[in-house]
Amino acid sequence: MSATLARQHVIDPEVCIRCNTCESTCPQKAVTHDERNYVVHFDLCNACGACISPCPTGAIDHWRQVPSAAPYSIAEQLSWDSLPEQAALAVHDGGGMPPEVLAATQAASAGQGGAVSAPWSAQTPQVNLYPVAAPAIARVAGNLRLTDADASCDIRHIVLDFGATAMPVLEGQSIGILPPGANADHRPHYIRLYSIASPRDGERPNYNNLSITVKRVTEDHAGKPTLGVCSNYLCDLKAGDEVRVVGPYGSTFLMPNHPGANLLMICTGTGSAPMRAMTERRRRRRALKEPGETMLFFGARAPGELPYFGPLMKLPKEFIDVNLALSRMPGESRRYVQDRIRERGPDVARLLAHAETYVYICGLKGMELGVDAAFDEVCREHGMDWRELLARLRQGGRFHVETY
Amino acid sequence: MNISTGDKIPNNVDLAGDKVLQRALEQWQPEFLNWWADMGPEGSRTNDVYLRTAVSVEPSGWAHFDYVKMPDYRWGIFLTPIDGGRKVNFGDHKGEAAWQDVPGEHRANLRRIIVTQGDTEPASVEQQRHLGLTCPSLYDLRNLFQVNVEEGRHLWAMVYLLHRYFGRDGREEAEALLQRRSGDPDNPRILGAFNERTPDWLAFFMFTYFTDRDGKFQLCALAESGFDPLARTTRFMLTEEAHHMFVGESGVGRVIQRTCEVMAQHKTDDPARVRALGVIDLPTIQRYLNFHFSVTIDLFGADVSSNAATFYSSGLKGRFEETRHGDDHLLRDATYPVLQVLDGHLQVVQAPALNALNEKLRDDYIKDSIAGVSRWNRIIQKAGIAFELTVPHKAFNRKIGPLAGVKIAPDGRLVSQEEWAARESGWLASESDREFVASLMGRIATPGAYANWIAPPAVGINKQPVNFDYVRFG
Repeated sequence: MSATLARQHVIDPEVCIRCNTCESTCPQKAVTHDERNYVVHFDLCNACGACISPCPTGAIDHWRQVPSAAPYSIAEQLSWDSLPEQAALAVHDGGGMPPEVLAATQAASAGQGGAVSAPWSAQTPQVNLYPVAAPAIARVAGNLRLTDADASCDIRHIVLDFGATAMPVLEGQSIGILPPGANADHRPHYIRLYSIASPRDGERPNYNNLSITVKRVTEDHAGKPTLGVCSNYLCDLKAGDEVRVVGPYGSTFLMPNHPGANLLMICTGTGSAPMRAMTERRRRRRALKEPGETMLFFGARAPGELPYFGPLMKLPKEFIDVNLALSRMPGESRRYVQDRIRERGPDVARLLAHAETYVYICGLKGMELGVDAAFDEVCREHGMDWRELLARLRQGGRFHVETY
Repeated sequence: MNISTGDKIPNNVDLAGDKVLQRALEQWQPEFLNWWADMGPEGSRTNDVYLRTAVSVEPSGWAHFDYVKMPDYRWGIFLTPIDGGRKVNFGDHKGEAAWQDVPGEHRANLRRIIVTQGDTEPASVEQQRHLGLTCPSLYDLRNLFQVNVEEGRHLWAMVYLLHRYFGRDGREEAEALLQRRSGDPDNPRILGAFNERTPDWLAFFMFTYFTDRDGKFQLCALAESGFDPLARTTRFMLTEEAHHMFVGESGVGRVIQRTCEVMAQHKTDDPARVRALGVIDLPTIQRYLNFHFSVTIDLFGADVSSNAATFYSSGLKGRFEETRHGDDHLLRDATYPVLQVLDGHLQVVQAPALNALNEKLRDDYIKDSIAGVSRWNRIIQKAGIAFELTVPHKAFNRKIGPLAGVKIAPDGRLVSQEEWAARESGWLASESDREFVASLMGRIATPGAYANWIAPPAVGINKQPVNFDYVRFG
């Protein structure tokens, strides 16, 4: 099976009032109707979106991921009384997972001490739908620098639009980018993985897009000046440029779907991407008033180097408990996420002891030990055994690490 | 062409290029605003309302959402872009290029069509002006106001045509549109249904479902007109009309939903008990439906009408979905079935299709109305309640045409005066029904709160949550 998934535009017959606005608006003449329903021709619709905002009801804005060869036919759509559920899609076999993705994923999750299952209530993820041989083509919809002009690093928020191609993702998953060109051995560049920074319904709700957080690499691990192939490629992209995307990847670093779950998130730098995705997911569902706390520890050198600092600071306290750790503030001692965890010991302990708490750690490898020690200390102070608790968290799919 | 929003009157018709017209409309504008202040939504002048305003006639531009004070709403003149190749698609002029000016011989008829359409727009604002005081939620209040400002814009659309194409007569008609008043015995609105009261929100939802749907069909028929400016104006109006029907269909649907929830919860189908629980019983909803349906289908005019034939043959007003019809679009020899009372029975007789065009439009309308009623029935079915709403027979409670004065039951039976008198209150919403519904009306103006007799909507406006601050009180 090759890359044969598509996004099919469908209309919710329970909400639609049959006003004909979409049909008269559609430049592709893709909308038609009978006495019962208004429906969309899969072959004619190019997802241009012209019908979306004129629709008075919102019934128009529905999409289903379908095999390109077997979309819902017109006759089928005309017979609907309500929209069908999204069917589970066959996972792509595309020759198995690319070896470099497997290796990178293993290295990234090493810090959690072996395989951990996804939260029990996580939505089943789609994995490896687009292999290297048949990548999805996305277009850059936006490329925004997140860090201050005088910051020590250039971190960017890049929005990729997938048009009519289906790219179903969940918060915590990654996509792979295939940079153009070849390496010194005349082989294609390796896949580079990036965590998705937007929630499952898109950077903009119900647009078929997603965002990633990319730091421009200008030196190697040893500090020697070098230009990262993929990060520089991505950071230099302009709106409208095409990007080859593989994936999505990741089937365990996922958020719980059930109301009442608490999220305890610890991140540094671009490790904030999955945290942003999860936070944004929860923010968009605030009106539902689902129970469950969200606590974030976020480390960077200075506020100007914190990706998403501005929007994060605007979130209300009762929605998310944000704790910043800034390590390069003039005239202040260096503070790291582990220091902030200790300071917030009673609340951290309370959350860790809670059976519905899920822990996520993402960022630089260097933070792992410090965070582990801080958890250990906080637990001891509150009469808990961190090792024993960690084993239980892992067992329950409640402890997830992605570090690099 | 883009909308020039910098102008006093936003427009995409190059108003600045026609100084005489621009001045005339700029003189009419303050009169319109005075009318709005006198007859527009009561007590709403300082409210910030989350409204949709057109910023261009492209699909991406005409649904721009923001907070607006209604007197500052950018009422303007928007026509769908000109299609150079458009033809007259029916009648004696079929095949000619669509007219960009009024043909002299059709001038009086066209003016009459435009005035009749235009008169309904301010009329409905007048009918609904007190409803804001008893809104069941901020969401509904916002929807009411959106409907009101767009009716105002539809008035602008018709007034533009009158000013632009009908000279002094047109200007006088435009004045008169602001002088007639809904329900005023001395100077009423032109059409009967637009002089009825809209006393409560169930009546408002029924009105927007049934009567605004009449608007849809009239506008669709005019959108086929050989007079191109009328066709282009009404096409753009249709996109706005859709919201009004949405308010009606979802509004009645939510009332039904709530009633069914309460019925299921308390395991009762006794109307008195249902009423005691503070929701509107299904038989009352049926009686409201019967009233609004029958009053609205009268708006299509006499079943057999020589005017209708003239309007069609002269290319002024087409049929619903004219170009989808597979016939000759002349209809000179065709016939169409209409109802008559013969020998004490309702009987179908064939009339010349040209003369029966009102009836044809009415039938298309009825089909469309029934489809929505069946969607309401699905809500009732889903709740497991054995009750079905039905649309009454089209001869029921008619006041216009040959069926006026004949007493016909909702099921289509001819009945005696006595039977009618005995059963009328079971068929049509009675004073006591209206009193009961009125007793439930009370203003709910807290974000996210909904009156007990109506369910919250499934989705908010413009993807906003249902507890969004749709109206802010200044």
